[in-house]
Amino acid sequence: MRVYLTAFGCAVRRYSTYRAATFAGVVTNSVFGLINAMVLLALFEARPQINGYDATDAVTQVFVAQAVIGPIAIFGPPLDLSERIRTGEVAVDLLRPVHPVLWWLATDLGRAAFSTVFRSVPTFAVGMAAFELALPADPLRWVAVAAAFALAVLVGFALRYLYALAGFWLMDTRGVHAVVFLLAPFCAGHLLPLTLFPEALAGVLRVLPWASLVQVPAEILLGKDSLPGGSTLGGLCFQAAWAAALLALGAVLTARATRRVVVQGG
Amino acid sequence: MAERTSPGPAAGGRAAWEPAVLDRRPRSVTAYPRLAWAWTRALAQYPVSLAMLTFAQACTTAVELLAVVIVFGHAGRLGGFTLDEAMLFYGLTGTAFSTAHLLIGTVDRLGEHIRRGSLDTVLIRPVSPLVQIATEEFSPRRLGRTVPSAAALGYALSVLDIAWTPERVLMVPLLIGCGALICGSLWVTAASVQFLLTDARELVSSVTNGGWALTEYPLAIYGRDVVRAVTYLVPLAFVSWQPALYILDRPDPLGMPDWLRYASPAVAAAAVAVAALVWRTGLRHYRSTGS
Repeated sequence: MRVYLTAFGCAVRRYSTYRAATFAGVVTNSVFGLINAMVLLALFEARPQINGYDATDAVTQVFVAQAVIGPIAIFGPPLDLSERIRTGEVAVDLLRPVHPVLWWLATDLGRAAFSTVFRSVPTFAVGMAAFELALPADPLRWVAVAAAFALAVLVGFALRYLYALAGFWLMDTRGVHAVVFLLAPFCAGHLLPLTLFPEALAGVLRVLPWASLVQVPAEILLGKDSLPGGSTLGGLCFQAAWAAALLALGAVLTARATRRVVVQGG
Repeated sequence: MAERTSPGPAAGGRAAWEPAVLDRRPRSVTAYPRLAWAWTRALAQYPVSLAMLTFAQACTTAVELLAVVIVFGHAGRLGGFTLDEAMLFYGLTGTAFSTAHLLIGTVDRLGEHIRRGSLDTVLIRPVSPLVQIATEEFSPRRLGRTVPSAAALGYALSVLDIAWTPERVLMVPLLIGCGALICGSLWVTAASVQFLLTDARELVSSVTNGGWALTEYPLAIYGRDVVRAVTYLVPLAFVSWQPALYILDRPDPLGMPDWLRYASPAVAAAAVAVAALVWRTGLRHYRSTGS
């Protein structure tokens, strides 16, 4: 356990050195938040209610989506693992007396933790300053929001771990990453809340794992009954189930990949 | 601008290498296509990756278009414009920005070059540094965004009820060209910030990609203040907003002067001049990291 805590701590320190980049990230996320919010405000001015969402709900979801970009890395970057598979450095990782999934999880959680404090919080604060957001008064709901956020980070990691793992079979995962980092924001309700999508499409996207990244946490914050199971608890269970399933799949595939790995070169 | 702690070779004017590198315009004109072709051939060695990356770029456009369709599908009209008219805005912006992205987008890697010290290598070669960085990993995959955007533009121009006059027919390509020039200048100007802030690549993105996202919709929906800012401060209004108003022959819904729609060429020229000035100033004050 201690080794994972150390890996976590090292990751926090590693990311804390990129200060200008972190600041630039907050600015970019805020700018896109403002743009998306203005588009949706114009839309809701034309139609005040769409599928149970009003303007405040939509703007809140926009800033939830922008705030979680850093921790869940919905647009990337990929885990370092994918590059290490391509270069063969993964052979060294496999020699370590740690489980690869937990090792990479520990380092990614370190990155996410730093990102939460220095990217998510300031970005969301910009949203709160610029617009009226729908924030719950009930402290219990804030606990649920925190849990949903943590589960989103877990699902975000598990997905990126699986994308990177594809490298064991494909060698070069740049194409895979280009496609998934593009489709994920769309499927997650990041680009637009899934609430606005045509019903059939939204129905499909709502059961896919990507919904756990933005749509479900946002709806838990907003207290919507369009959540899986119609309640906050249902939403959390949905996220937890995907996190467990994807992490388990990651562990199984890691075992299979390591049996077939051939590192070429010296 | 950059502070100097000690007088360098550039303090009193141009450094020794500069006339040779920056003043050879004809060389840049021939060097650009050559370097671009070399990079294209290099990337074509991985045809599957190239195909997938091109596909991903096309998907980006498709996904964004879908978002526009969904938003307009709910609203009917937004800012006084219909979905078909929105396609015109989307197409103009997409064509201009993706052309600039294709031709000069990699300039936002400047910070990476400075950090790794590879800008020094670039500077000793007898080709304009801007051309070298802009052609780096030049990839036809970026056409994956230009083609669908141009298709959206073509669709809008064909279905909309436009009063075609010879003047309008000539103005459309001119306006698109000016839009692409403005976008390219924006890219270079924003990227030059990295001469001061090496890690600021994402800041560049907030101006370039942010501008792209902003102008995909008719600017009227953002209100008067935003439109003023992107008319007089950062000339994004001349990428899609003013050209579309001209093509549709609409009065400006925000009451801005009508002559603005004819100002695109002048604005483009000014934007290029500013970009050139900023880039050259940055380059003159560049100090190697020494690594």
